[in-house]
Order: sequence, then structure tokens, then C-alpha cells
Amino acid sequence: MEITDLPAHQLTKLIRSREISAEEVLDASLARIAAIDGRAGMLTGGNLEPEEIQKIHAFITPTPQRARAQAQEVDRKLASGEDPGPLAGIPFTVKDIFCVHGTPSTAGSRILANFVAPYTATPAARMEAAGGVMLGKVNLDEFTYGSSNESSAFQPSPRNPWDTGRVPGGSSGGSAAAVAAGESALSLGTDTAGSIRQPAAFCGVVGLKPTYGRVSRYGLIAFGSSLDCPGPLARTVTDAALALKVIAGPDRHDATAANVLVSDYATQLEEGVRGMRIGLSPDYFRVTYFDGESGQLHQEPISPEIESAVLSVAGYLAELGADIVEGVPMPHTRYGIPVYFVISRVEASSNLHRYDGVKYGYRTPDPVQELSEMYRKTRDQGFGLQPKLRILMGMYVSAAQYSEQYYARALRVRTLIRQDFEQAFDPLGPHRLAALLTPTTPTTAFPMGAVYGDSVLMQYADQLTVPANHAGVPGLSIPAGFDTQGLPIGAQLLGPDFSEATLLRIGRTYEIATESHDWRKLRPAILQ
Amino acid sequence: MPKYEAIIGLETHIQLNTITKIFCACKADSWEDPPNTNICPVCTGLPGVLPVLNKAVVQKAVLLAAAMHAEVQPLSYFDRKNYFYPDLPKGYQISQYDMPLARRGYLDLPMSAGYIRRINIQKLHIEEDAGKTKNMDGLRLIDFNRCGVPLIEMVTAPDLRSSDEAAQYIIRLRQLLRWLDVSEANMEKGHLRIDANVSIRHSGTDHFNPKTEIKNVNSIVAVRDAIQTEIERQIREVDAGNRIEAWTLEWDEDSAKLNLMRTKETEADYRYFREPDLLPIQIDAAWQDAILAELPELPLDRRARFIDQYGLPEYDADILTGERSLSDYFESAAAAYGGDPKRLSNWLMNDVLRMINELDVPAGDLRLTPAHLAEILIMVDAGTLNTSTGKSLLDTVQKTGRAPGEIVQVEGLSQVSDEDAIRSICSQVVSENPQQVETYRSGKTGLIGWFIGQAMKKSGGKADPQLVRKILEELLS
Repeated sequence: MEITDLPAHQLTKLIRSREISAEEVLDASLARIAAIDGRAGMLTGGNLEPEEIQKIHAFITPTPQRARAQAQEVDRKLASGEDPGPLAGIPFTVKDIFCVHGTPSTAGSRILANFVAPYTATPAARMEAAGGVMLGKVNLDEFTYGSSNESSAFQPSPRNPWDTGRVPGGSSGGSAAAVAAGESALSLGTDTAGSIRQPAAFCGVVGLKPTYGRVSRYGLIAFGSSLDCPGPLARTVTDAALALKVIAGPDRHDATAANVLVSDYATQLEEGVRGMRIGLSPDYFRVTYFDGESGQLHQEPISPEIESAVLSVAGYLAELGADIVEGVPMPHTRYGIPVYFVISRVEASSNLHRYDGVKYGYRTPDPVQELSEMYRKTRDQGFGLQPKLRILMGMYVSAAQYSEQYYARALRVRTLIRQDFEQAFDPLGPHRLAALLTPTTPTTAFPMGAVYGDSVLMQYADQLTVPANHAGVPGLSIPAGFDTQGLPIGAQLLGPDFSEATLLRIGRTYEIATESHDWRKLRPAILQ
Repeated sequence: MPKYEAIIGLETHIQLNTITKIFCACKADSWEDPPNTNICPVCTGLPGVLPVLNKAVVQKAVLLAAAMHAEVQPLSYFDRKNYFYPDLPKGYQISQYDMPLARRGYLDLPMSAGYIRRINIQKLHIEEDAGKTKNMDGLRLIDFNRCGVPLIEMVTAPDLRSSDEAAQYIIRLRQLLRWLDVSEANMEKGHLRIDANVSIRHSGTDHFNPKTEIKNVNSIVAVRDAIQTEIERQIREVDAGNRIEAWTLEWDEDSAKLNLMRTKETEADYRYFREPDLLPIQIDAAWQDAILAELPELPLDRRARFIDQYGLPEYDADILTGERSLSDYFESAAAAYGGDPKRLSNWLMNDVLRMINELDVPAGDLRLTPAHLAEILIMVDAGTLNTSTGKSLLDTVQKTGRAPGEIVQVEGLSQVSDEDAIRSICSQVVSENPQQVETYRSGKTGLIGWFIGQAMKKSGGKADPQLVRKILEELLS
């Protein structure tokens, strides 16, 4: 096995025991990136050459010098007997929605293309302080608004390592692609409706959306502030646990970061699932949507291959002693997307106000007569289609005359979605679940260009992930095999507030149970 | 009964005197700092930053709310007020909207005409300040120093009926803010900013007519003059048969004129919604009690008590309670003195207040402590010092910081009341001035003052003037 394909927890052991140096690991990562990543995203991306279609294009801004200095520092500390921290020498990437001091922090948007952050986001700072080696900033949907990465202003956008004709998912698509292709062992992503879990599922890696407030949002360029959760993407459950331990915890810069003790997620990982009640809900095995014209509710089953993969996960867990509870009602799941359309856009349109050409970022070079013209031209030229759609919708539904009808109502429905989870997890209730097992996505990775342009359809890719964001509960997506096209399938575990340790333990149990399976040995097409 | 009645409401923005800003660790006060030197990623709204509430802001707001007799809400929320302006770096102001920190309060204004006007406030909320914009040479210059300075917004009901009442409200509010130590309330520095809403109606009617809003009335004089000018303008318009339009006006203090800013006031839609980056403010009973333990007796209550308890005239009570430190000073001195409070009040208002004004310090910062003042007064009352020595001793104590008794002893200032000694001085004066004695005895008894002066001079000012007069009159008769 190549160095770059080793999981983080093994890598750091080798580095700590000085069987390999952090700099050697870095060199291996840089070589992998040079071999398969291709051109980093840029504003003047232009057309792809045929051979570029065979590349990943995960990055916007590689930071090899910063990585070199960090790797050398880890090696120096080890040589002098100092503890370099729990992520010693582990190469990681950061979704370019986080500010990192001295790096362009673009949010995948023209409007922030020239913004170099003067400070570092708390979770990124914690990873660096723990000895992690930051390889660079990776691509995403513009301001995280999407599920395919195609909306990034920085092109070429990332491609799926299992099939470069397909999207890596999004919005943490660069993160998922980089981890799946072994460019970095870990990546720091964000999840507002599924933006960690959906690309993790599409790319066959582990993605963890922690409980809202478990990880500080300080330095995360905001999308939906009441929904945004930073979290790790990794190739193994153990690695996700390792990363979460480092980034979680209270932060004096974030009033919404929870003052709840951080568990040692790694220690209980292999204690099994005996006696755990794990639920299955019919509401998570179909996609429900409203017809735009008639308002009628339509239901479609999810892909049967995904359904059987998830049921197979349940089967393994049952074999290992879990109680599988079927038929758990989650009746408000169907409202997740409409509610999300309202709440996230109200918050997004307000969060985008600050990009006005006055202080930083893009300002129109055109001559202007007055201030409002400067605003209009700057925002028209600086924002791509997705931010504009969100601004329009967010402004509309928060306008004084519509706010009660849309925003206030959405908040009430959000409470109902939260209640679905509270009832399912209530230790005195009928279901008493430790976790709910669901598919992560209704489909596997779709082809580039297949859905992009249909914002509503794209949004439904998040139907099974968004309820956790509304409710604030944690969600873990783990690889659960492949479909007949050879595309990864993700299974999702949802649990009560701050139950990350339980979700990781269930995920790890399934990982161990299937360790020797043939599909575990498959490698992404890009590496073959 | 006058033909018209004025209806006035005031919107006030109060800058709190916390050490740091409301949501970051920058210092709150940027007075005389060069532009954009007291800023950080948070108060300039860089991408990704989050606000963290400064608890001292809540504490000061709760104190003011209690002093305004308002109901502090156990649960209140921050909301975003969205609008574009270059000096508003996030494109929204973090404020409070439908769930403010306190509701329903009032301030009673004692008017010099003898009545009390109760001014209601509907709500009190906290918010962050924006920066400053300056237009210069065709450029729009932005200073973000003021961004994130904590403000309280308090709006009165339309309860004020004259420009004098409006001025009185601001005077009493300013007094209260300083009294509570929640704001420096320096209007020149913008610590207390006022917009006034003015309309008139025929006396005896109870409907509201269209109002005008006057911006930028930032001194007591401006409040009175701008509102009076606008009331008179509205009366002229209505008398001439014209309608009052809902204009926004700006007071130009230099020319004492109202300038038209905007004609049609369309209600802006700020698209308020809950600020997701901050938790609700929860004030439980324990926290509220801890804050209110710091709530002092309020100025108007203390004023009434000074009249009642010390028998002071209203005028004295008003001046002595004008400022908290002075009123504390008075009470400490009164307790140490034990004599006639009015006599103490006279000394305070005439001599100590002059000293305070000259030095421009609060009473509590004087080196002449209330105990010193009481000690001097006691010595004067006992005849140990004469009045003029006593008064000049005030300055000596203030200059040196030494105790009055010690100065009197060291410098031999005690009044000479030994009759033999004074008689010998007086005899000397009489024998040295035969001509004046002649004149006196010829009937010009007014010269007695001159003789007393001569004797006092010889005694170095220490002789008891009453005794001097008695002996001189005896010697000259």
C-alpha cells in the first residue's frame, strides 16, 4: 500500500515512531496531487483539454510551502522529544469556505477571489495546532450553494475519483474528492444541508456532520448560520473520530459553540453495538417532492440498489447484536427541503450583504455615478448564479409582507422536524433509538452537467441529509458498498444531540464486519 | 387656552461607557483615535467572523431599564436589521426588534412651572453602532472605529407637549445616565443622540396629525430651538391653510434653521429576523438581582428626600442632586457635620461647587473630603475660626490635601477670642489714629468698619470680629 493510501491514524503512528518522516509523507501527498489533480480551479478556467477530464481538480489554492514548514516542524519536534500533537504529520485539506491566515479564502466565488484572510478559522487552527499539515484549500460550490461543485467560480470544478465523468457531490466536493483519491488523509468540510455527507457518499469516504455547536463556526464563511456545521471527511471512521476530537469543543469566538465536554471518540470505537436500538424509517427510503405547478405531493422510491445496501448494513449490525427497529415514523422529513429553501435563503441573503465592494473582495472596475450603482455592478459581476438565486429568494421570503407566511412558518415546521428526532430518540418513548440508519443520498453520483441548472432538482439530492441540519443532530455517512455502475453508496447514521461517539462506534462496527469484503479493496478509477 | 398643542416624541440613542465593544474585544471608546485604528475582524465584518456578547452591555441596559421603571424581560433576542450602507460593514446591524430587553417604562419630569409630566417609553433595546462616513473632495471616507460600540435605543411615546418639556427630558435623561454610570452622556461626543418627531393639533382634540422628523438635534439648546422652530412653522402652515407633510428635517445648529432632508418617508423594509449567531439573552432572577444590587437611589427620589429629610429648598435640592457624586458628597458631609443642612448647602453651593467647576472634577475626587468640609464648618460654628479664615482654609485643604485641624494648628489660624489680647490690639488702633477717632466721635459712626478692619489686620485675621466690634465701640464711645 502506498503511503498516501494509509489512513490517518496509521500514518501518524508511523510518523510518531519515526519509521517515516512527516516530510516524506508530505512528499508522497504532493506527488499524488501532481499525478492526478491536474489544474487547480481558477476564475479563467476555460475549456478542459481531453486529458484534463481524467483529473480530479480538487484544489483552488495549494499551499505546499506552508505544508513543508509544518511537516518540518513536526519532524523537528519528534527529533527533540516534543509532542507534535494528535494529528502529527497528517496531510489535510481545507474547504475554501474557511478563512486561513495568509491564504486566499475565496468561498469559490469571484467576489472573494482576491480576499486573503487575516485570521484563521477555529477548526482549521486546531488541526494545524495538532500537528496537521495543511496541503491547501479545496474547491466547493460557490459559497457552498450546491450539491455538485459545478457552481464554483473556480473552474475546472472537482470530479469524482471513481468516475471523472461524474460529480464528486457537494458542496464539500473538493474535500471528498481529495480524500477519496488519497491526496489528503483528512479534509475539513462544512455541512448545511448535507454538504459533508452527500459528497462523502458520492466519493466513497466517511463524512461526519457533528451536532450543531459541537465544532466552532468561527472563520467559516457563513451560508445558513443556524444550519452550518464544520466537520471532517476521512477514509475511515477511526480517522473521522481522530479529527473530530481535535476540532470539537467550546470557542470563546463563537457564542453558539456548545459548552459540552468533548468525548474521546476513539476509545469506544470498537466496543460493538450489542443491545443498541437502531431504527429504520420508511420516510427515509423515498423521496417526496412538491410539484411546482400543482402543489401535489409526489413520492418516488430511492434507488433499489441503495435501499438494499442500507438494509444490508442493518443486517450486519443485527448479526452483531443490535436491535433493528423498523417502521419508525419520521413524518416531517418530506418538508425538509421546502423549509430549507426558506430558512437557508433568508440567512444566506443576509450573510451575503457584506460583499458590497466597499471593504474587500471584488469591486466593479466600471465607472459608476453613485454608490448604489457601485453596489449593483459589483454584486452583479461578483456573484454567480447560485448566490443570486438565493439572494432573490431570501429577500422575497423575509420581506415584511411575506415573512409571516414563509419564514415564520418555516421556523415552525423546523420545530416539527426536530420533534420527529426527539420522539425517535426519546429514552422513554416507543422507539428509544440510539441511532437511525438511512441512506445518505437518493442516488449515487450523477454525471457532470446532468442536474446542474435545475436548482430545485439539485436541492433534492439533500432530502435525506437536511433534516439533521434542521434538527441540529449529528449525522455520519459511511461507505456501504457500490452500485452496479461501480459508484459508491453511502449509509447514514443519525443520532441525538452530541451522540457522535455512538454514531462513530456503529460506523466502525460495520467497517470491521465488512473489512475483508471485496468491495473494500476497490480503488477509485483515478488510481488504477 | 392656546389654539394648538404640540405633540413630541423623542428617539434617543445612548452610547454605553463599557470598556470594550458589544461583540468584540476592541475598546469601546475611540475618541480622537485616528480612523480605522480601533478595529478587528469582528467589528469590521470580515467573512466568517461571529459576534460574542459583552455581558457588561446587558448589565448597564438592565440598570437603565430599572431606573426608567421598565419591565426587564427574562428572555430577549437579537435580530438582524438588514440594509446597505458603506459604514455598516456586515450589511446588517445587530439589534433587537420584537423581543427587546425591556418594555414599558417612564420618566417623571418635574417642570419649573410646578407640574410633573410623565413620559412613557414603549421599549428599550440594545444594539451595535455603525461606523462614520465623511465626504471629502468627492470621496466617501469610512471610519470603522465606531462599529460595534454598544448603544441603547429608547423611544418615548408622543407624550411631550412643548420644546421645554423635550429639553427637560433630555436634561433628566442625561443626568440619569451619568448617575447610573451607564454612559458619559456627552452630547458633543455623540454619546446621546436625539431625533425628534413633532406634530401639532388643535387644543382639545385627541387625534394625531402627520409628523415631521428632525434629525441631528445634538445639544439641549438644539433640542429646544429646533423643536420650537418646527412647532412655529407648523402653526404658520396650518394657519395658512396648508397641510403638514411627513418630512424629514435636519437641524443646522449654526444657522438655527431646519433643512429639508427627505420629503416622502417610505417605510424601509429591514427584513428583520433572529440573529442566528447569538444566543437569546436570558436574565434570570439571580442575575437581575445581582445587577440591581448596584442600582443607586435615583436622582429624583434623592431630590425629594433632600427636601424632606434635610429641609432644603427645592432649588438647593435640585442643584445638589444634579450629579450623583455631589449628592453623595453632601450626604457624607451632612452626616459628619450634624449642623444645619441649609448652612452646609450654602457652603457647598457657593464655595465647593465653584472649586468643582474650576477643577472640572467630580465632587468625590476633591482632596477636600466631605469630612474636611464638615470639620471646617464645625470650627467656624464653634468660633475657633472666623468665616473668612474658614473659607480660605477650603482652598488650602484642596491644594495641600492636609487635614484642616492640622493646618489650623501648624499655621496658628485659630481665632483669637482672648478678650485681653483683643483689647490691647484695639487700644493700639485707637491710639495710633487720633484723627479718625475725632471724626468718629463727631458722629461718623460708619467708620467703625474701618477700625474693625485695622484691628483684624493687626491680628492677622484671627481675631473674633464680633468681639473686636464690641471692644472698639466701647473704646470709641
